Amino acid sequence: MSEDSIISLQNVNKWFGDFHVLKDVDLEVKKKERIVVCGPSGSGKSTMIRCINRLEEHQEGTIIVDGIELTGNLKNIDSVRKEVGMVFQQFNLFPHLSVKENITLAPIWVKKMPKAEAEELAMQQLEIVKIPEQADKYPGQLSGGQQQRVAIARSLAMKPNIMLFDEPTSALDPEMIKEVLDVMIDLAEGGMTMIVVTHEMGFAKTVADRMVFMDEGRIVEQAVPDKFFNNPESDRTKLFLSQILNH
Amino acid sequence: MNDITESRKPPVATTGILGWLRMNLFSTWVNSLISLFVLYILFQFIPWILNWTIFAADFKYNFNGEEIVNREMCSRVLDPENGGACWAIIYVRFYQFMYGFYPREEVWRVNLSYLMLAVAVVPLLFDNFPFRKHFLKFTYIFPVIAFFLLNGGLGLESVSTNKWGGLLVTLVLGCTGIALAFPLGIILALGRRSNLPVISMMCTLFIEFIRGVPLITLLFFGMVMLPLFLPEGIDMDGLARVLVAVTLFQSAYMAEVIRGGLQAIPQGQYEAARSIGLSYWQMNLKVVLPQAIRISIPSIVNTSIGLFKDTTLVIIVGLLDLLGIGRGALADTTWLGLAYEVYFFVSLVFFIFTFAMSRYSLYLEKKLKTGINMGAD
Repeated sequence: MSEDSIISLQNVNKWFGDFHVLKDVDLEVKKKERIVVCGPSGSGKSTMIRCINRLEEHQEGTIIVDGIELTGNLKNIDSVRKEVGMVFQQFNLFPHLSVKENITLAPIWVKKMPKAEAEELAMQQLEIVKIPEQADKYPGQLSGGQQQRVAIARSLAMKPNIMLFDEPTSALDPEMIKEVLDVMIDLAEGGMTMIVVTHEMGFAKTVADRMVFMDEGRIVEQAVPDKFFNNPESDRTKLFLSQILNH
Repeated sequence: MNDITESRKPPVATTGILGWLRMNLFSTWVNSLISLFVLYILFQFIPWILNWTIFAADFKYNFNGEEIVNREMCSRVLDPENGGACWAIIYVRFYQFMYGFYPREEVWRVNLSYLMLAVAVVPLLFDNFPFRKHFLKFTYIFPVIAFFLLNGGLGLESVSTNKWGGLLVTLVLGCTGIALAFPLGIILALGRRSNLPVISMMCTLFIEFIRGVPLITLLFFGMVMLPLFLPEGIDMDGLARVLVAVTLFQSAYMAEVIRGGLQAIPQGQYEAARSIGLSYWQMNLKVVLPQAIRISIPSIVNTSIGLFKDTTLVIIVGLLDLLGIGRGALADTTWLGLAYEVYFFVSLVFFIFTFAMSRYSLYLEKKLKTGINMGAD
């Protein structure tokens, strides 16, 4: 593990039953680095980032996040989850809570923040994702793009050092993708460490420091975007790129 | 000329009372025949039942204006052709129906408890109730107050539970059973879904055992066997023993109902709650249960209504609930043969409570549905 890496996966293996979903995955992420992970469906990209905040358990290898090793130790898992925010494909907002309550829930209950302070914080986060006027609505009253931005605000309210995005725009109607990507670009420019699983190659070219290509549970290729898109080494990468860029 | 985007009113024949009649009662000739037949039955039956229960009925006095003190004075015994119900039996025994054998000079304590029950429950049921927060504080301490008020202690004269009866026993069993079974059921439901095999197995065993046994068996178990498990010298009150049985019974059913609700919550809700750092209990209390309970409201009310009616089974172990008092009244030789009146009255009281519960459940369902995807709390 190099000195300045904030996330380190070494030799990580994982199985779903008999299915070997992650095979000897090695990945080092430096502080403030923006990584975009891509690959065909079923290649293990989501599983890999879900292992980083232990929504999935890996069976072999080591995962170290911000100096904390992820083991069965529940305390470690809790501390890692406070450091790592996550945004899901399906938003996963809490439908019974208002937008503001969605965002203040964790600060109030996990960080024991006073309610007034948490609400102020929530409004700040909503400003960042550009929908402060929706604070008192319920998730069901918002568009998909707005919901995903609320989900980003909800994660940001815990002041994470790392943000994981699991196909954040895949469930959105095309006209809403940009508003979510814009927020993510702002976030990247603000110096957040990000790992983004996405098929939005335009976003990847703008934002990524490094591209990671996965196939069949392995990291096949890692490169800076310029090299990755223009001069990829592996044939599988070339095939994948030709398929998604020429549609 | 009409603008094509302009909306027009629907044809008159499909709206209004006439439209409704045509759509629902007389849409085909078979339908019309059935409608006419049902209307004819209702037309025959409703006047008769109204006449029997109200217009031709005796309340306190018979048709000669005499106060009724035994069955021979009832109009329907004196004049079987024209006399209606003889409510005098209810009138004379009304006290017993409401309070059992609770001492008369102490009955204000029961009345006060009934009143406080309303104050405790109504704000709990309606979330737009003014000053609800403050009322809810009272709701939490109400059980303690009611316990001392009804049972005695703290300077109040003790009234043994074997003097309790009638609606008092029905309400104590029903309310306590429902109120205690709810949290217990939640814990059992969560336990059954737990990842820890020992906890999950214990909860499953408990639920399946209780559900596999009739309530009457549990009541006998509470009456006869529970004292054997208690340390020597501790004598548990009869009503309390029955309450334990009723609560355990109800909690098993409640657990299964809530488990159904829990299964409907998408995995993503758990993952989102975990990813923002909530602990197991925070996740369940703040995210999962509020949604699961909303989904299960109809079934929760349904099992609660079931329990409320099942409390009549306590007659088997010698407690006199509303129905028990009714049966006692029928056994009284001065009033023999007035079974219709007694059962009608008992049914009516049960119906009032269960119908209220059922309407409340409909109200909640409607509210949660119109609240735009669970908008209301």
